[in-house]
Amino acid sequence: MMAFQRILFTGVGGQGTLLASRLLGETMMEEGFPVRVSEVHGMAQRGGVVESTVMLGGLEGPIISNGEADILVSFEPLETLRALPKCHEGTWIISNIIPIQPFTVRLGQSGYPDPGKWIAFIKQLFKNTVAFNAESLARQAGTTRAVNIVLLGALIGCGAIPVSPEHLKRNIKEKIKPKFVDANLKAFELGLAQVTK
Amino acid sequence: MHPLITDNPGKKMLLLGNEAIVRGALEAGLAVAAAYPGTPSSEIGNNLFQLAGEPEARLYFEFSTNEKVAMEVAAAASAAGLRSLTCMKHVGMNVASDVLITLAYIGTKGGMVIVTADDPSMHSSQNEQDNRYYARLANLPMLEPAGPQEARDMTKAAFELSEELELPVIIRTTTRTSHVRGPVELGPLPVTKQTLGEFERTPGRWVPVPGVARVRHKVLLEQVEKAQKKAESSVFNRIGGSGKTGILASGVAACYVHDTIMELGCEERVSFLRLGFTYPQPRELLIEFLKSVDKVLVVEELEPFQEDTLKVLANEVKINIPILGKASGHFSRLYEFDPAMVKKAIADILGLETKGPKVPDLSRLPELPMRPPSLCQGCPHRETYNAVKGALDLLGYTPRTIYPTDIGCYTLGLLPPIQMADYLLCMGSSVGTSAGFSVATDQKIVSFIGDSTFFHSGISSLVNAVHNEHNFCLVVLDNSTTAMTGHQPNPGIKLSPPGYEKPRVPIEDVVKACGVKVVRKVNPYKKEATIEVFKEVLAEDRLSVVIAEAPCILYYKRVGGKG
Repeated sequence: MMAFQRILFTGVGGQGTLLASRLLGETMMEEGFPVRVSEVHGMAQRGGVVESTVMLGGLEGPIISNGEADILVSFEPLETLRALPKCHEGTWIISNIIPIQPFTVRLGQSGYPDPGKWIAFIKQLFKNTVAFNAESLARQAGTTRAVNIVLLGALIGCGAIPVSPEHLKRNIKEKIKPKFVDANLKAFELGLAQVTK
Repeated sequence: MHPLITDNPGKKMLLLGNEAIVRGALEAGLAVAAAYPGTPSSEIGNNLFQLAGEPEARLYFEFSTNEKVAMEVAAAASAAGLRSLTCMKHVGMNVASDVLITLAYIGTKGGMVIVTADDPSMHSSQNEQDNRYYARLANLPMLEPAGPQEARDMTKAAFELSEELELPVIIRTTTRTSHVRGPVELGPLPVTKQTLGEFERTPGRWVPVPGVARVRHKVLLEQVEKAQKKAESSVFNRIGGSGKTGILASGVAACYVHDTIMELGCEERVSFLRLGFTYPQPRELLIEFLKSVDKVLVVEELEPFQEDTLKVLANEVKINIPILGKASGHFSRLYEFDPAMVKKAIADILGLETKGPKVPDLSRLPELPMRPPSLCQGCPHRETYNAVKGALDLLGYTPRTIYPTDIGCYTLGLLPPIQMADYLLCMGSSVGTSAGFSVATDQKIVSFIGDSTFFHSGISSLVNAVHNEHNFCLVVLDNSTTAMTGHQPNPGIKLSPPGYEKPRVPIEDVVKACGVKVVRKVNPYKKEATIEVFKEVLAEDRLSVVIAEAPCILYYKRVGGKG
């Protein structure tokens, strides 16, 4: 039996976190592993925080307590900071570094923490941190909407989950709209290379 | 073809709890379903809506105007012998409760399932009421799945149970069972199913005048007793282990208990009773359980529903062991559980140490800006709010205006920079509470309601306002869809999902027919003209309705053709 693993995906409404966690969940199921995926619905379209989890190893509970995330995949640097209490020393942190300002910041009600400074802080505390510009890789692949698949590629690239990149690519081909498949496959490869290079 | 009607017995699909409920219902031969959308139940209705468009599904589904109507549609279909289902969020059950409690008396014929999706922690709700009490209040059997596979299995079983008992069966989920995906093994879809019913007039059965109701109440209690016997041997109630520490759990809390037992490796020391058939409680099973252990920890979210029952039972049969849970302070009645909370409580009663992984010191983290949801860029509601504010400013009314609001995306008008949402109770409350404020104060009252909410429960309050001469301005934010819950259709829509051809009921006609004399329609994107209209109607001291009509931009892009 594989070890328990708790994977937390976090991002902002519209970034495609749910698609990424679902693709991973379906792939794990097809590999024969027990898996649960939780999703946050409701306010997702209105620019709020969207979290999902993928739980492996036979865990039934869908949510992750503080200090218990084994992998954090974050689509936005402020959300990476917000999710840090969920992490432990050995957590793999895979994070995009391009901010999406909340409207509270745009209205001047609060300030956005300096991404460069705080990414350095994260790297200091969490040895397994991979932070990069997923947006530019997605653009390079053909669409900035593929940030989610870039990050999924990086997650597979870090080798912490027993799933083959080929299987995930097959699912991208099957489950993503045909006209976006090529860009998403390229996005996946670029994310993968970001960690394995 | 819709993936939920691909007939692949034995195949596994990664389904949401809500999708698993739909699949279970289809396998059981569901013929008629009706619902009003509400998170976390919405995907049940959404999937049924799509399925009803496919002939292979042999299914009638409608989005009804509210939960009460939906339950009535399903109840009558059942009385005509068909298998029926209705689903709603927890507060929707309040709306339908008038139906529910008497439906238990007159009973059902075709299997009928009522799904209530509760929302502990209020992820998208105004309260976190525990709808398990509805099962007790109405005396109806209730099943609670802990995961997607059980959601499918229980839904299928609920139809059988309902037909056997001639009672509707409640399936109660929570956000964390409705919105969790897991592998679900599919069963076969029925080759044939009854889709045309026949209502047989039965004297003494379907019309609960007092003489009938007195008989039917007695029948109900007899049926509940039969239901209890079913619960005793239900496959959904099962005990694992034979240790002296008892743990009883249901719903998602049972998942946390399961995980904790695995992680602590304490299988030998506990007896774990997973309760899935949760009302009426299996009395004998619980007594046996109480006899077999030294103490019991009850792990359930929200109210001490099982805990209290267990205490009454222990007292009755004179078993004096500690029954721990809410009253003992191990768990709170507030909010959903966190797995660590459950782990701590179990470790505590077993006298075990828990050691989590090492956590770095994060005390240097700055205070992080919040990311509350907000109205979309370009949302027509923003324009309407701004126009109302503009008109009130010009008239000098702004400081003393009250803004009763309602349930939908526009409730986000509560937040800066708009801040025009002052008072809210439930669906439709904007209209009734405006009436109350207009009687109790001399303040200006401008209230907001969406199109779907207006049809749900705004109309009778508007008739009341006309008849009792209340004085306020009701703004109907008509974006031609039920946007908040994922763009379901409602009777007033101009924008329709593909293939949806049903007669329209224009809000303007309804408002006029209610007897409102001042009725205006605006396009909120025409800022100056909209402010002018509001200035005119707000200057008067009488009831007015302004319909701000412009489609939800998200929905418009999706179905209205881009640009």
